[in-house]
Amino acid sequence: MKLDSKIPSGPMAEKWSRHKQDSKLINPKNKRKYSIIVVGSGLAGAAAAASLSELGYKVKCFCFQDSPRRAHSIAAQGGINAAKNYQNDGDSVHRLFYDTVKGGDFRAREANVHRLAEVSVNIIDQCVAQGVPFAREYGGGLANRSFGGAQVSRTFYARGQTGQQLLLGAYSALSKEIARGGVEMHTRTEMLDLVVADGETKGIITRNLVTGKVEAHAADTVLLCTGGYGNVFFLSTNAMGCNVTATWRAHRRGATFANPCYTQIHPTCIPVSGDYQSKLTLMSESLRNDGRVWVPKKAEDCGKPASQIPEADRDYFLERKYPSFGNLAPRDISSRAAKECCDDGRGVGPGGRGVYLDFSEAINEFGEKVIKERYGNLFDMYERITGESAYKQPMRIYPAVHYTMGGLWVDYNLMSNLSGLHVLGEANFSDHGANRLGASALMQGLADGYFVIPTTVANYLVTQKPGAVTTAHPAFKQALEDANGRINQLLGVKGKRTVDSFHRELGLLVWDKCGMGRSRAGLEEALRRIPEIRAEFWENVLVPGSGSLANPELEKAGRVADFMEFAELLCRDALDREESCGGHFREEHQFPDGEAKRDDENFCYVSAYEYSGDLSKPILHKEPLTFEEVHLTVRSYK
Amino acid sequence: MSSLLDSLSRFYASSIGKKLLVALSGLALIGFVLGHMIGNLLIFAGPDAINEYGHMLHTMGHGGLIWVARFGLLAAVLVHIVATIHLTRQNRAARKDAYGKEATRVATSASRIMIFSGLTILAFVIYHLLHFTVRVGNEYNNPALYTAMLDGQPVHNVYKMVIDGFSWAPASVFYIIAVALLCNHLSHGFASLFQTLGLATNKTWPLFQKAGHAFALLILVGNCSIPIAIWLFGYGR
Amino acid sequence: MALLNLHLKVWRQTGTQPGHFQDIEAPEIPDHASFLEMMDIVNERLIRAGQDPVAFDHDCREGICGMCSMTINGMAHGPERGTTTCQLHMRKFRTGDTIWVEPFRARAFPVVKDLMVDRSAFDRIMKAGGYVSVRTGAAPEANEIPIGKDVADAAMDAAACIGCGACVASCKNASAMLYVSAKVGQLNTLPQGHAEKDRRTLAMVRQMDAEGFGNCTNQYECEAACPKEISVRWIAKLNRDYAVASVKEVVGIGRQQAGDGD
Ligand SMILES: Cc1cc2nc3c(=O)[nH]c(=O)nc-3n(C[C@H](O)[C@H](O)[C@H](O)COP(=O)(O)OP(=O)(O)OC[C@H]3O[C@@H](n4cnc5c(N)ncnc54)[C@H](O)[C@@H]3O)c2cc1C
Ligand code: HEM
Ligand code: FES
Repeated sequence: MKLDSKIPSGPMAEKWSRHKQDSKLINPKNKRKYSIIVVGSGLAGAAAAASLSELGYKVKCFCFQDSPRRAHSIAAQGGINAAKNYQNDGDSVHRLFYDTVKGGDFRAREANVHRLAEVSVNIIDQCVAQGVPFAREYGGGLANRSFGGAQVSRTFYARGQTGQQLLLGAYSALSKEIARGGVEMHTRTEMLDLVVADGETKGIITRNLVTGKVEAHAADTVLLCTGGYGNVFFLSTNAMGCNVTATWRAHRRGATFANPCYTQIHPTCIPVSGDYQSKLTLMSESLRNDGRVWVPKKAEDCGKPASQIPEADRDYFLERKYPSFGNLAPRDISSRAAKECCDDGRGVGPGGRGVYLDFSEAINEFGEKVIKERYGNLFDMYERITGESAYKQPMRIYPAVHYTMGGLWVDYNLMSNLSGLHVLGEANFSDHGANRLGASALMQGLADGYFVIPTTVANYLVTQKPGAVTTAHPAFKQALEDANGRINQLLGVKGKRTVDSFHRELGLLVWDKCGMGRSRAGLEEALRRIPEIRAEFWENVLVPGSGSLANPELEKAGRVADFMEFAELLCRDALDREESCGGHFREEHQFPDGEAKRDDENFCYVSAYEYSGDLSKPILHKEPLTFEEVHLTVRSYK
Repeated sequence: MSSLLDSLSRFYASSIGKKLLVALSGLALIGFVLGHMIGNLLIFAGPDAINEYGHMLHTMGHGGLIWVARFGLLAAVLVHIVATIHLTRQNRAARKDAYGKEATRVATSASRIMIFSGLTILAFVIYHLLHFTVRVGNEYNNPALYTAMLDGQPVHNVYKMVIDGFSWAPASVFYIIAVALLCNHLSHGFASLFQTLGLATNKTWPLFQKAGHAFALLILVGNCSIPIAIWLFGYGR
Repeated sequence: MALLNLHLKVWRQTGTQPGHFQDIEAPEIPDHASFLEMMDIVNERLIRAGQDPVAFDHDCREGICGMCSMTINGMAHGPERGTTTCQLHMRKFRTGDTIWVEPFRARAFPVVKDLMVDRSAFDRIMKAGGYVSVRTGAAPEANEIPIGKDVADAAMDAAACIGCGACVASCKNASAMLYVSAKVGQLNTLPQGHAEKDRRTLAMVRQMDAEGFGNCTNQYECEAACPKEISVRWIAKLNRDYAVASVKEVVGIGRQQAGDGD
């Protein structure tokens, strides 16, 4: 198989405009004949469904939540980047492009990132027109804040709810199109499989989560906008329902999965407090502006209350190791530093997995009132969850899985190697390389949905006769049988262990061996254990109830079953990539001072895996990365 | 024309439309309650004052204005009652299954018994009208007994009627209960109407609320002072 | 960390069949757990005992998606102010407590199963007019229309609504006025939403009525239950906008040409 990224020719800054020029057009009368399935109603899915419907296509949109407005994009707090240069601080499309490529540790495709930076400005216009209440200055203009990995202020935000506000904007556009009849919305409907008929992606199999009905839906093309797979780690900042099922099933039907090992760990999350814990909560990165991160110098001090540890016995490890960036070092670097301290036996709090984020100095300097104004919401949330007041004692934080850069491989048109399958948003691999900068996932989801796919989808559709394949095609019958078979199999095991117990076991293993630090020995062990856990799952899982009604346990079981398979690919990719880059840190590949050691000579490529029928033997395809505009350098934040 | 009626009926059919009518009619009734109370308090200014006031009401605009006022009030009362009964029924239907465990955090008890306070007031108003306006079951319409001289003219002796009316304990007791419920009704209703009419803001709301409580209290004290003075303290007897 | 022994009275219901309360003992619940984590523990035990676990809605578990929805001891999202069920923690309860766990009850929110309800009525209200009719790509430069900070902040206050339905669940009349007023209010406040203001207001209120929600009686239980503490003054604004829009509609202002022109 050859992976053709279809990057347009010409200078970087002109590729996208040229491509728009060269893209196929479908006249309005014919657009109405084409139908498009959009799976997902997050920023990527809702934006795509609304925009395609506006163009005249017949759209069917699916989400597993009870309303499209609840997609996981809603949880994003911090903001969205755009190269507006409203601050007159020297920002430009090129600078945003450069920062994103560098932030991604030079493992992203330049042309895609440049396009992202170009359309970022349109996104803000669009959202404002929809009524998104971005923060503003007294003069009435839009306000900006700065975010990690950038020296300019280009992040637009809406209080601590940027994701919710952007999603509500996209949802309102979607609602408008549903009202007009252009979009048929299916809520509480989960995609279980992809249907490929004669080499073309022509539909999906879904289960209605209320009635349990398993159904087939056909269309002329399918868009997967199903988000990330962070929940393979069981504990993450992702919503409970985030899953790999849609992309994994597509992978099993032939789509290549790219860079699965690139996962992002966010340094400031509330630590795990017990084994009942179901998810981790992010504390905004902005806290590191005023908080100082430390652990005791001596392991024996860890049990003492923070206030009883004298200044001289505290190790402000970020300030010590990265004097110029200090507490604001990038996410991957800060996360690893915290882990090292805890591995060293100097972690604080239950289980010794936590470091202090201390505001006492800031409170002394500015007063509690100022700190309350800046971070009141976050302090309240912290107190709600932990029962501790961060005004009186330092917060405890620990890194947690937050975002997944890997995803289904796509070309410049956002089409996978599987003809007719398009993949948008966090579900694809395209724009963030090995590490994503803050505030750029929202940008990517909306860029893909509002501005890229409406242009590029036509390139595929013109090659298709509208409605050529219906659910009467044997491929649909087969896929329906497969899906029903899997459901019956899950219900039929009737073992002794709950789905959650398996998910927890798998997650802990993957977190331990393939989390912040990865080693050959650890990964090999994980690769040995995962098939064992999977085998036990299929022998001993206990899924109560039936398939013909609402059954949340059955939903979870299906998702966990797919994580069980996917985890193996994740670890295999991590083992295969013998370098450290971005979120992927191989302990064997570091400089003496512990910094990540990238290997551009041997690993400057995208790893795209094809399913071979044997989970332990995926076929690796490499898409070499070439850099025309940006010079590869070592990322240093010292 | 029919489209105008359509629009009006849609307005009434809507929840907010009905609420606006309740608020507007409530406002009219508040105006009446206040005027009515001030007029009645003239009883403490002696027989001539209140008799003159009564005579004036009946002769304004050649005796026509009182009917205008009466029809206006009747309309307000009808609108208020029909709409609130409608709303209450819809509200009951909207929560068709009750909670096993009910809890209330901020709703005042006054707000929760509006329909009961309202219906009791209605019952009282009917009784009150029969008592003092239509004057059935009593002799208040008998000119031989209830005529007073005002500037040499014979007029209805309102003063004596009121004194006699409230000398009978049950009448006073019912009156006091009804006024207490009216006070209760207004302790929620007064401020509430400004919310309904869309005039309440974060700044003005506390003001409306205080004014509402003060007004409700005023109505309570002002109206109850009459039967209490007559029945308990023998004023005018 | 302390362990709590709790008695639960949980509503069990399948679809449209009549429901009932089930008494469930919940011993040894860590007080650091969230309410939903407590339910997870209870469910694990039920499953292992061969019983049907309690179905409930949830997703983000950080108080923003609006998916979780339980009435706890008669209060939507439980006793803590400004907090969703998923963010409510067990340290707010005492060992030995009896806790009533019920679905959000309203005729317009039919029960799907146990504690899961169907809130699609909210989506239909949005569909009726909860948007600015702007096409993708047809937007002017973002800073072309300045919007005062107060206006933007006010719109943001309304926009903070997470659409969970606690306002409906807590209202004695199962009224959706707080939700609708927040949605209408956000767009009606912003200049971008002005062109469609009257149309939006009328359409969304009518859809709200058609869904079978009750009416607002200004008791403000909704505001007390709202996890985002949306102010009931948005309801006042909705009343005002509705009054204006209705008068214009009745009198025909702004629509003189309709019928003869297009
Ligand atoms: C706590 C948190 C904070 C964040 N903050 C920021 C930030 O400040 N800035 C930033 O840029 N990014 C941030 N991110 C990342 C960003 O929010 C996400 O990457 C982005 O929103 C993903 O959007 P999406 O449209 O691709 O997918 P999602 O929003 O995850 O949507 C997925 C959709 O797919 C549907 N779906 C999934 N699987 C199926 C299935 N099998 N069948 C049917 N439907 C399915 C879901 O119902 C949903 O509608 C944050 C992430 C987290 C977790
Ligand atoms: C003199 C008599 C009355 C006065 C001054 C009065 C006044 C008011 C006022 C000001 C309101 C508030 C309106 C709002 O919330 O916007 C109100 C509400 C109400 N009134 Fe009355 N009212 C009177 C009689 C009645 C009667 C006879 C009834 C009996 C049906 C009644 C039933 C109600 C109810 C149920 C409400 C609550 C409506 C709601 O909030 O939806 N009232 N009244
Ligand atoms: S689960 Fe998302 S708000 Fe509670």
